[in-house]
Amino acid sequence: MIEVTVAGLVDTVGDNLVEAPLVDESKRRITPLDFIGPLVVLALFVGGWYFMNHWGLRHLFDRPGYLVPPWHEILYDSFVREIPQPTGESITPRTALLNALFETTKLTFVGLSISIALGMGLAFVMTPARWLERSLWPYIVALQAVPILVISPVLGAVFDYKFRTRVIVCVIISIVPIISNTLFGLRSVDQGQHDLFTLKGASGWTRLWKLQIPAALPAIFTGFRISSGLAVIGAVVGELFNRQGEKGIGILMDEYRQRNQFTYTYGALLLSSLLGIAVFFLFGWLQRLATGKWHESAQTR
Amino acid sequence: MTDTRMTDPGRNPTGQRWTPVAGDPALEFTDVSKTFKDGTRALDRTSFTVAPGEFVTVVGPSGCGKSTLLRIASGLERPTTGSVTVDRTSLGYVFQDATLLQWRTVRDNVGLFAELDKMPRADRQRRVAECVELVGLNGFEDKYPKQLSGGMRMRASLARSLVMDPDVFLFDEPFGALDEITRERLNDELLGLFQRQEFGALFITHSIYEAVFLSTRVLVMSARPGRIVASFDVPFEYPRSHELRFDPAFAALTGDVSRALRGES
Repeated sequence: MIEVTVAGLVDTVGDNLVEAPLVDESKRRITPLDFIGPLVVLALFVGGWYFMNHWGLRHLFDRPGYLVPPWHEILYDSFVREIPQPTGESITPRTALLNALFETTKLTFVGLSISIALGMGLAFVMTPARWLERSLWPYIVALQAVPILVISPVLGAVFDYKFRTRVIVCVIISIVPIISNTLFGLRSVDQGQHDLFTLKGASGWTRLWKLQIPAALPAIFTGFRISSGLAVIGAVVGELFNRQGEKGIGILMDEYRQRNQFTYTYGALLLSSLLGIAVFFLFGWLQRLATGKWHESAQTR
Repeated sequence: MTDTRMTDPGRNPTGQRWTPVAGDPALEFTDVSKTFKDGTRALDRTSFTVAPGEFVTVVGPSGCGKSTLLRIASGLERPTTGSVTVDRTSLGYVFQDATLLQWRTVRDNVGLFAELDKMPRADRQRRVAECVELVGLNGFEDKYPKQLSGGMRMRASLARSLVMDPDVFLFDEPFGALDEITRERLNDELLGLFQRQEFGALFITHSIYEAVFLSTRVLVMSARPGRIVASFDVPFEYPRSHELRFDPAFAALTGDVSRALRGES
């Protein structure tokens, strides 16, 4: 209450009752609990994993323990170990894994970019044209319902089993949240705010740029974040069934599995998870950058 | 039955303080009726004028069409019959909600109307700075709406129109959602602005005290379909101090308005 007296709000009235501005909650203090909780969960997970490796899988499921190799072996085999070859050189699976990670990352971003451009474009066109939305909406819903595991090999047969087909799979799975969130955002502008622009006789473009798009940004970025996770899934699934060309994580993971190289399999799995997490946080960061100062939902996570 | 046609403010018999500028009224409603598509009759043959520099308040029960009256005045709604005469290029608006754009700072919100009217940048910046100062928001120019209290949002909303230096201000229950202390303070400050800036005002409220405290004239509306059933000239001198609220003459007049609202007279 004290620091607001500088604002000079009271000079016309002259008593000491001052309206306090609302507390700025954007700078939430980070407590130790924010780290301890997740670390405890991680410890439980890794502990459970070692338990399954040493005893659980054999005695509870009657399966050999090497199917879930211990984490130190997974990390060492996948990212550290160098295997000497008769030729004198040595190969390391790390190279193949990181190349695959690069390939899948590329695929994810190409797919996601197309989804964003196409999805937002569609939403912008559909916003003023209700008839277009009514015509397209059933098929957008249908697109969301497409079983991606089934359509992926079919698309491979129709196009080819290379990069472009993987991109298509990635787009199919990640475009719908972009469309629906953008549309929702553009439509849900406060009527009172619309009135302001009506009163000033603003053109449709002015209304779109200065009112609807900024108002829709939080919803649009929420769509980006949902889609970014889906795009990683789409990329890996797209690769699983379309294996010609460069090898991505999805292809590598399946190859290792077929060869019973489980440390590598889990190493690849770890990388694909990290990719998903990284993309999710990237868009969370972009959202905070774009709307963090003025929108509530962007603050807490 | 009360005649819906009001006296011409230019011939206001008790006009003790304000001396209306000669010539046309700043805002004139002539036999305005409004019936919505669903058949609701919101307004019934409403006629009144607001002279330049006059502060006219409309009080009435909830749902009597007060807001419709204002939306018609602003041009957001069209009357079903009757006519409205007003210069729409010189109107100020303060609505029930502050309707600030949440992604804009106070400074950019206050400059919105000027921006939409394509006021030159330098003029706009100067006017925005002046008006932020006028409503007492200096120091808060870079804050976002979510960082402001309800009263401060209303100040920003007021400043947004002040920038345009309007001839007539339309207020739609602007302080209805605020606590009483804030509301009285903003009433005091609004009167200060009214005297300095010399705009005409059409103010909608359901608070009789607010109406009498602010206005030169109070119009009483009946329940739906809304029509103006009584008009009271408010004789108190400006500047009006906070103490006026405890004056017996003030109490007597609010009593008269209240009785008119209840249909006794």
